[in-house]
Amino acid sequence: MPAPIISFRDATKVFPGTRRRPEVRAVDGVSFDIHAGEIFGVIGWSGAGKSTLVRLINALERTTSGSVIVDGVDLAGLTEAKLRPVRRGIGMIFQQFNLLASRTVAGNVCYALEVAGWPRAERAARVAELLEYVGMAEQAGARPHQLSGGQRQRVGIARALATSPRILLADEATSALDPETTRDVLALLRKVNRELGITVVVITHAMSVVRDICDRVAVMEQGKVVELGETYSVFTRPQASLTRRFVSGAMGDRPTGDVLAALRERHPGRLVTVGVGAEGSAPAFRVLAEHRVSGAVVFGGITQVGERPVGALTLELEGAPADVDAAVVGLAQVCDVDDLGGAAHPVTNEEPR
Amino acid sequence: MTPGIDWDRFGPMLWDAAGETLYMVSLAVLAGGFFGLCIGLGLYLTRRGNLLENRVVFAVLNVIINIVRPTPFIILAVALGPVTRAVVGRIIGIDAFTFAMAVTASFAYARLVEQNLVSVDPGVIEAARAMGASPWRIIRTVLIPEALAPLILGLTFLLVAVTDMSAIGGMLGAGGLGDLAITHGYRQFNWSIVYVVVALMVVAVQGVQAVGNWLSRKAQGR
Repeated sequence: MPAPIISFRDATKVFPGTRRRPEVRAVDGVSFDIHAGEIFGVIGWSGAGKSTLVRLINALERTTSGSVIVDGVDLAGLTEAKLRPVRRGIGMIFQQFNLLASRTVAGNVCYALEVAGWPRAERAARVAELLEYVGMAEQAGARPHQLSGGQRQRVGIARALATSPRILLADEATSALDPETTRDVLALLRKVNRELGITVVVITHAMSVVRDICDRVAVMEQGKVVELGETYSVFTRPQASLTRRFVSGAMGDRPTGDVLAALRERHPGRLVTVGVGAEGSAPAFRVLAEHRVSGAVVFGGITQVGERPVGALTLELEGAPADVDAAVVGLAQVCDVDDLGGAAHPVTNEEPR
Repeated sequence: MTPGIDWDRFGPMLWDAAGETLYMVSLAVLAGGFFGLCIGLGLYLTRRGNLLENRVVFAVLNVIINIVRPTPFIILAVALGPVTRAVVGRIIGIDAFTFAMAVTASFAYARLVEQNLVSVDPGVIEAARAMGASPWRIIRTVLIPEALAPLILGLTFLLVAVTDMSAIGGMLGAGGLGDLAITHGYRQFNWSIVYVVVALMVVAVQGVQAVGNWLSRKAQGR
């Protein structure tokens, strides 16, 4: 078990209420560890408390109770002045990039070095090295407003890496970017993690971001962590209903609602949805063959999480009714099965999963 | 060209009056700019949720500004009498009047500064905090540089407003171009003198505004 670099111990953050609005328990008794060297995701809808949670790590927000221990230091006991050196060891990037409009690209990266007290003579070389690393060397003299969103985020990453932090916090870093740019920026974050060994904490509301880069993920709802686990197991065996919604939303591999109704109209036979895990879909088809039942794929998809397959296939089963029943029982022994029934006897499962 | 103007007599008077106006306006703008920046920063920083949140300081500054700003300038200049005497030693004359202008300018600019700072993206300040920057460093290297373009425009606005204030200097024995236009122009039915002064002021204000706009554009780096 790798050592924790960040530990939440019953961490709670309460924003006091005013006459007009009630108090908000943005983070509510959260306890878990983030390991050194991993890419850790925190997913939840807006207002779930994930942005506050990540701000507890560099103490931009202070805990109301409980503690946050970063690199062996309990932040709760530190004064604002003592926190500044801690913050220099933690890089942060933002949804809106937050670059200084009054400075050039190079000036923005240099700013982090100035704050950290780097000698003037050593700054230029370090800035050049960082811009080279994120692929922005040619735009060193440009102003932020002249750059695209993806370029701005690259500059944000260069700035966050300037002082060689051990931790990088990414607060919705790709939420303002288009899908292609998102892929590029996520690839850069993975590179930062693999090549520099930096622990990355990714806040997102997009399960695709978790799927693409996170080793582990915590799912947050109303200030609490409702599920935490390895990305692959969260995708293949989501426990909390919120997690299921996130997974099915991201995968789009299980028919629900109108889609399912249309499917039943076109395929009146017995429909089952089988989960596809590490072994792929072969075991399921083997079971069907054993029971002399044929299964036509009518809906579904298989993708990869952490280089292993994940997905679901909805099959229309054809064969003697007794054989089909036996096949469904058999399937349940080799994979996750969701029996949708036939058009004549539909099985409705209201809760998406 | 200018009927009714005896240039041998009026020329030196115009020259002196222009000098007085320049003296009053530049001192009042320098002092007003500096103290206005300080008070405006104080107001911004002590706001709820900001770097040096402090309800008491904010409320006090806010109330003073709200007293100074709506009071007509000539009344404020008179009302400031005791303070002016304590600082300058007299309550009339060019220095006393300049002091009153500087006080008014400080609070007028303070409000402009506050408004310009409020429009600085809080995310940029948060980014600087996340890098470990102290509040003082954030003021110097983030807040002021990010708001520099509007701050310069605000200062230009202040300069024009102070020039406007200086026109009634004659009422408190301060002289200046406004006094010249009223005593030697208006009151002696010599409209030519009034219009010469007006023309001079218009040219000066246009020039100041042009320079302000140019500096502001440069500060934006575009």
